[in-house]
Amino acid sequence: MTQSKEIKKPSSGLAARIFRQQMFIPLAALFLLALFNFIMDPSFYRISFDYNSVGNPVLSGNIISILDAGSELAILAIGMTLVTAATGGQDISVGAAIAISGSVVLRVLCGTNSRPDTLQAPIFVAILVSCVVAMLFGAFNGMLVAYFRIQPMVATLILFTAGRSIAAWINNNELPIISDPSFGVFGGFIPGIPIPTPIFIAAGCMIVIALVLRFTNLGLYVQSVGINESSSRLNGLNPAFIKFLTFVVLGLCVAVAGLIKVSRFSSINYSVVAKDIEMDAILAVALGGNALSGGKFNMKASIIGAYVIQFLATTLYKFKVQSTALPAYKAVVVILLVVLSAPKVREYLARIGKQIRQKTHVKEAG
Amino acid sequence: MKKKILAALMVATMVMGLAACGSQPAANTPSNESNAGGNQNSTEELIKVGIINNNPNESGYRTANDKDLKAMFTEENGYLASFSYGEKNEEQVSAAQKLIQDGVDYLLLSAADTAGWDSVLKDAQDAGIRVILFDRTINADPSLYEASIVSDMNKEGQTAVDWLKKQGLSEYKIIHIQGKMGTAAQQGRSAAMDEAVKNEGWTLVNQQTGDWNADNAQQIVQSVIDSGESFNVIYAENDDMARGAVAALDKANISHGVGKDVIIMGFDCNKWALEELYKQNWNYDGQCNPFQAEYIDDIIKTLESGGTLPEKTIIMDEQGFDATEITKEDIEKYGI
Repeated sequence: MTQSKEIKKPSSGLAARIFRQQMFIPLAALFLLALFNFIMDPSFYRISFDYNSVGNPVLSGNIISILDAGSELAILAIGMTLVTAATGGQDISVGAAIAISGSVVLRVLCGTNSRPDTLQAPIFVAILVSCVVAMLFGAFNGMLVAYFRIQPMVATLILFTAGRSIAAWINNNELPIISDPSFGVFGGFIPGIPIPTPIFIAAGCMIVIALVLRFTNLGLYVQSVGINESSSRLNGLNPAFIKFLTFVVLGLCVAVAGLIKVSRFSSINYSVVAKDIEMDAILAVALGGNALSGGKFNMKASIIGAYVIQFLATTLYKFKVQSTALPAYKAVVVILLVVLSAPKVREYLARIGKQIRQKTHVKEAG
Repeated sequence: MKKKILAALMVATMVMGLAACGSQPAANTPSNESNAGGNQNSTEELIKVGIINNNPNESGYRTANDKDLKAMFTEENGYLASFSYGEKNEEQVSAAQKLIQDGVDYLLLSAADTAGWDSVLKDAQDAGIRVILFDRTINADPSLYEASIVSDMNKEGQTAVDWLKKQGLSEYKIIHIQGKMGTAAQQGRSAAMDEAVKNEGWTLVNQQTGDWNADNAQQIVQSVIDSGESFNVIYAENDDMARGAVAALDKANISHGVGKDVIIMGFDCNKWALEELYKQNWNYDGQCNPFQAEYIDDIIKTLESGGTLPEKTIIMDEQGFDATEITKEDIEKYGI
């Protein structure tokens, strides 16, 4: 979605045009983080080729780590962007929903025994079931928001509170551990391929959503509902259904992210799996310069926003920031980014850019 | 047409409702009486305990704790127990008030929060109910409760660090993965390590919080590996984070466990973690004892027989397991 380009006014200068671009904020943040790391320690970008303990070739390095660990967040950012755009609200239950869908995957694979030696069901069945379950929970949220007209944050508060207990209940509060290495593929490596699988899965999701937005009217409909619900109804859309649909899509994203999460360790911890990931997903949408009050959205910007968050996390780990100071560092960066992405500030920056340009113009002329 | 169907439906529900009203008391009265009769006989011998715990789904520790309590406080053991759970103080306080009204003999409490318990415990005292705290202490006057059974997190950390000292490595280069900052477990387990680093001249390659999360721990260890620094000990403050760390090591083909390149230390003694120990993939696991029921049972028996407790604060026995010494029986007995 590149509708932000249409805002360009031919009269304004290059700087102003750049500042007004929605992609500017996440890209600038990414660039600043990258530059900072490059100056502090260029070896940050070193990528090495090794073999892991089971003899698979693997690429490792900070960049690979960022792409790998940021996958779940990027996938969630896709769904969260759509929900935000259509409803003008956010789903705060995605972390809990990941616990549920992850728990479902393990339940199907383990059957009644929580420590099976062999898988009790084919993996694709487990994935299918978890997708259905996650979409049902998404549909539940969507129904509350679209048809009962409850504020999204309040509606999803229900699942946010209950989700992790439901996840534990699905597995009788036991801790399933899968010993079959074939399940670890989704969060690890495909034998013989040195790039972590989550990167492929995330890329796949991005391609799918890009195709959907390109070849269907979903993007247009979502935005028109978000901008003006009544006028989109007058134009023949069904706003309630479109809102509902965005939550179901987010449910699907949750199922994919949940699969990666549980596959990483072939197990689950109900209380901490994907903890606080909902806040990061919302932040990714905000960093992408999308209005949290709904309406226009830019999917690419959201996804880049997600990787910015992971880049920041990895950078903080890399520089061994004191544990007690970690939240403060994060907060400072987040405040900076959010302030920069505020329309007022960007307008101001654009104006300054214009002035500078005019001055140089005058000098050249004189 | 629609209206007619609706009307018919409503009539039907009303009739059903009436029928239900009519039949319920008739069916219930005899069973109620027999219940009351049965209770009256048994309650004279049974000790009524009200147990307020945290959400059993919170962690493996809590699940084991809840199971242990449920196994102990049964009618066979002479107890009439009612359980309630709350993740927040308010929920727990209102549960406590209800239990006080029910007139229990003992109130067993694992408080969600340390503050805000004075008035409700005062009520309990006035009603002649004795309060026993387990697992978590509270900020209240000690006269308000009979006993407090706790884990000594500092001791847990100390036991682990002492074990590490005994390994006699030529140099100690440690990645220390902390729990959620500010929690009692984190503070206790970190304190011993910080102390040892200062006194023994050990090197902390990285000290970072993983918020009890395997994912974060993996990323922390990964970032150290990516920066090319060497290390030979991973001290993770719970099992999950140790598992995350191990995942990062496996990816980089760094050997770990008994007699290998990196020593792995965890806490909490989850069953699966002890199995890793048994397979010698890890080296050490420190216990955080969730089995408090036996201690509570002892206290109640002492108090019932008119005895007094030597100490108000009772610290549970907790041990650390070494991969070279652990047995199958240990896994069954101590694994949670």
